[in-house]
Amino acid sequence: MATTVIPAQPTSKPTNYLNDGFTLKSWLLTTDHKRIAMLYLVSVTLFFFLGGFFAMLIRLELLTPQGDLVSADTYNKIFTAHGMIMVFFFLIPVVPAILGNFLVPLMIGAKDLAFPRINLLSWYLYIIAGGIMIHVLLNGGVDTGWTLYSPFSTQFSNTNVIEAGIAIFIVGFSSIFTGLNFIVTVHRMRAPGLTWSRLPLFIWAQYATSLIMILGTPVIAITTVMLAVERLFHLGIFDPKLGGDPLLFQHLFWFYSHPAVYIMILPSMGVISELIACFSHKRIFGYKIVALSSIAIAVIGFLVWAHHMFVAGISLYAAMIFSFITFFVGVPSAIKVFNWTATLYRGAVSFATPMLYAFGFIGLFTIGGLTGLFLASLGIDVHVTDTYFVVSHFHYVMVGGVVMGYLGGMHFWWPKITGRMYPEGWAKLSALFVFVGFNLTFFPQFVLGYVGMPRRYWQYPPEFQVLNVLSTAGASVLAVGYLLPMIYFAWSLRYGPIAGPNPWGAAGLEWQTPSPPPTTNFDETPVVTWEAYNYDEIEPKHDFLEGTGER
Amino acid sequence: MEQQKNTASLGMWLFLVTEIMFFGGLFCAYLIYRLMHFNAFAAGSQSLDIRWGAFNTAVLLVSSLTVVLAVRAAQDGSRKQLVAYLVITILLGLTFLGVKAIEYKEKFEKHHVPGPTFSFTEKFDDNGKQIPVASNEAELFFSLYFAMTGMHALHMIIGCGLFTVLTVLAWKGHYSPGYYTPIENAGLYWHLVDIIWIYLFPLLYLISRHS
Repeated sequence: MATTVIPAQPTSKPTNYLNDGFTLKSWLLTTDHKRIAMLYLVSVTLFFFLGGFFAMLIRLELLTPQGDLVSADTYNKIFTAHGMIMVFFFLIPVVPAILGNFLVPLMIGAKDLAFPRINLLSWYLYIIAGGIMIHVLLNGGVDTGWTLYSPFSTQFSNTNVIEAGIAIFIVGFSSIFTGLNFIVTVHRMRAPGLTWSRLPLFIWAQYATSLIMILGTPVIAITTVMLAVERLFHLGIFDPKLGGDPLLFQHLFWFYSHPAVYIMILPSMGVISELIACFSHKRIFGYKIVALSSIAIAVIGFLVWAHHMFVAGISLYAAMIFSFITFFVGVPSAIKVFNWTATLYRGAVSFATPMLYAFGFIGLFTIGGLTGLFLASLGIDVHVTDTYFVVSHFHYVMVGGVVMGYLGGMHFWWPKITGRMYPEGWAKLSALFVFVGFNLTFFPQFVLGYVGMPRRYWQYPPEFQVLNVLSTAGASVLAVGYLLPMIYFAWSLRYGPIAGPNPWGAAGLEWQTPSPPPTTNFDETPVVTWEAYNYDEIEPKHDFLEGTGER
Repeated sequence: MEQQKNTASLGMWLFLVTEIMFFGGLFCAYLIYRLMHFNAFAAGSQSLDIRWGAFNTAVLLVSSLTVVLAVRAAQDGSRKQLVAYLVITILLGLTFLGVKAIEYKEKFEKHHVPGPTFSFTEKFDDNGKQIPVASNEAELFFSLYFAMTGMHALHMIIGCGLFTVLTVLAWKGHYSPGYYTPIENAGLYWHLVDIIWIYLFPLLYLISRHS
């Protein structure tokens, strides 16, 4: 792969959002959605690697059957730290706050989000909450698991539960403000002619996500408040001694935390819709039903939470209903998978890196989703509750799904964000590492769970060791797959070939403005006269596969 | 300008939705526990002073009226009236909080504050029939009483702070018939806090007093 070093053009006046001011202040007090997206990119990536560090500690401890690397107490704190950081500081904000922030205004032809200052505020809330979380970790951590179940969290744990609760509360408001901003923006700021039925599916997915954010997040906020006042002031809201019910905590917790799974996966589904359409060079099959399936997931997703509690002592009849609705929420997800597959049919499919991630997403999400149906079945759930089967299932959805979608999106929009192409060969290699490493890490865990290895223990019977060693080996491969993009993305900032406004030949308003986009996004407000994904009107481009980028 | 105003108020309405979900968790806990421990919750309700509750309800309803009048004054561009109505609203809000403080003090003196010193000896008066209740279940009632009214009071304090800032800005002439969105949005917030009390009052004070 021959690459020539193309120096950045020296410019006297600002031509894009990146060179519009170089001071620290111009970044930290910016209200430009693109710059805020970059602030999020840096901070969310930091938390990803922090959470990944704890994941590696877990895998290293589980390399041997004995609890030898860390003590049992420390292990509890490690998996709690991994869960809390990955859920609240990585998976929930990752796609909405980075790609969503960057793309929502660009895709709808707006200058910015509806409330730019609230957008900046949401980043500061994220940073404050992240600072508190790191403070918690430095002061001994939390040992409750990310689920914070009462009464252990309210009465027995002597770790920093309240402080962790405060961090979750604050980062929740960061997420609420992002959601609120997106909803108002999509309602009020669309370019002339951009009707709802012409919106990119990424926007539909962000909209559905935002609905969950503003309806669900306040409930986890009040739940952590109740938890905190119970510890602080001895109010006995979940205390069985006073007649309180710890199950209520679980209900309130999962009322948010199950829909939160859809906060994570829906934006990635939106990304996949964009990728599949672009690299099949074809309008997405069944646009309307794919758009509505996002809304359906958001709505039905609110009615399934108690499937986390089948063995916790809820009534059998409630469990049956929740089981049924859980099967039902699989339908809109399946619709998406079928429609993506149908889009490929007779499409001009090309295998650029983003498309590899999209294929990875479809495969892994399908496994994750189908094992979700196992867990929705009352009988099987009793057998595998709190085993590695569950761990593997949700990692297939959250890591196999969300992170594949995120990385696919990052590769796809990287030329738009930075104006430079990433190195295609390295990117393909890292996609391969991620896919192989991921499956090697988590597929053995399905088996482990099925044969009975419980989650959250730091030692295990020796007969489980082979599968655990495979899993740890896979985690190492996966780590390489995640570190590689860091390196070549950084490299491409300086040495990557200049991308041009539309290196992929993609439809969508964001590709009609220069890369990187000017501060005001569009020199003049675009007027939309075409349907979404009008690929039959766009010349296909395949030379990007040669990795030159420049045409 | 019109579009900006619509955008801001759509944002405010969505924020109010999040507030409803926020309080929803508490209401949900209260209703479930009330069903589980009816007698203790009824006895707890009966121990509250309905006169203070009713007085505070009246105070809040009047304050909602003054907020509406303030918005109206802003629309008409009469600065003095706007400031006056905002000040009255703040005073009414402070009155509510003062009464709440008196009620909290009374709970403290009667050892009705949850914690190691809690004791509850009242019985549930079921149409003249005196039913003894478990003290620990009454403690659950008071836990929720303090959580719900405390969270509501916190919102009142935020509202008063908000109106104080708006009063100063209104005094300086920041608002005109063309631009009064902050007044309107703060008013929406105040109405929501008012409505939450309209639900809290019957749930906590009234519904166990049937005769």
